[in-house]
Amino acid sequence: MESYKIAVASGKGGTGKTSVSVSLCHYLRECTDKDITLADCDVEEPNDKIFFSSAALQNSCSIVRSVASINNNRCTYCRQCVEYCEFNAIVVIPSAQYAEINSSLCHSCGACIVACKYDAVYEEPEIIGEVNNYSISDNILLAEGVLKIGSTMQTAVIRDLKSRVCNNKGIVVLDSPPGTSCPFVETVSDADYVVLATEPTPFGLHDLKLAVEVLKQLNVDFGVIVNKSGIGTNDVYDYLNRENVELIGEIPFIKEYAGNYAKGELTSNIPEIIDSSYRDITDRLIQHLYIEKESLSR
Amino acid sequence: MKTVITSTGDKVNSLFDLRFGRAEWFCVYNDETGDINFINNDNKDAQGGAGTKTAEKMVELGVTKVISGDFGPKAKDLLDKFKIQMVILKDDSTIIEEIISKLK
Repeated sequence: MESYKIAVASGKGGTGKTSVSVSLCHYLRECTDKDITLADCDVEEPNDKIFFSSAALQNSCSIVRSVASINNNRCTYCRQCVEYCEFNAIVVIPSAQYAEINSSLCHSCGACIVACKYDAVYEEPEIIGEVNNYSISDNILLAEGVLKIGSTMQTAVIRDLKSRVCNNKGIVVLDSPPGTSCPFVETVSDADYVVLATEPTPFGLHDLKLAVEVLKQLNVDFGVIVNKSGIGTNDVYDYLNRENVELIGEIPFIKEYAGNYAKGELTSNIPEIIDSSYRDITDRLIQHLYIEKESLSR
Repeated sequence: MKTVITSTGDKVNSLFDLRFGRAEWFCVYNDETGDINFINNDNKDAQGGAGTKTAEKMVELGVTKVISGDFGPKAKDLLDKFKIQMVILKDDSTIIEEIISKLK
């Protein structure tokens, strides 16, 4: 059985990636008979779980990477490893007979191990985070990546999380971290479709443009959801028209719905206008993923 | 005893540079001989680890004191390890000559 990956991303934070991801899972389950996996790739601050009161932890596993280290008994302080290191992670001071690798700068590339002729560089395991698997309901799973506090290896945690869920059958919804840098690229680069959540404000538009530029370069199919529509300006719509970017749908700003969100109740008591918006959006996504809706909802 | 002062230029009338790892120049002042010379900072455009590499440079130069605007945690660890005194000066309108005169 095939699996489909939808990534939900944005440039700006706070535009509604999490609420769109959680809602999409809810509606995709209603509108298809596919199994749904929600992968929370916002590993610095995963919060999808908050919106599922039924979430039950199934299992948890550590994510480990290799970090280079130097054995001072073997090191001749030749500095060859320093020359090889692209990340300035290695300090070797021959006059002081001092050699050390800074683990927070090490990118686990292994170049220093190749560089060393004296077998003085070795790799040690380091825990950089964990993946928690929750069952939400019969056909929704939540996989959550959590970066260890102090670690800067977001992309490694995201890569590990994705490798665990990418073969899950059905639909995998990837909730991306904000921004347009490496963690975002890691999350969206192999998605079948990317949903960009934005808000109709100057800040929302500014960062949306950045995200669109990146996705064009990555050559990934994408569309935009304007969240909190009704506030701000029309500039985002002009931009989408001009750039010929698909507007997948709009979620109007309704105070009552924002209140539900604040209480962690996104998928109950959904105002009718928002419910119908999400149903239209879900239909469009299903078309994008070439899922024959009829054949699924037997 | 050698002191390094982070500098925006390579002259004694250059402005003090508040940045340590990404300073433009290093002014090395030897208070025993009175020698003053300037070294270009090769790490100022490094993608990462500029502070660490600059601290490494300080150890190699054999300095006992560094004067800059601030020191990051990784640079501080290394400078501490080699007992190099860190002096924080927050005044970016001062010139190198003025700082040296205070050291005399």
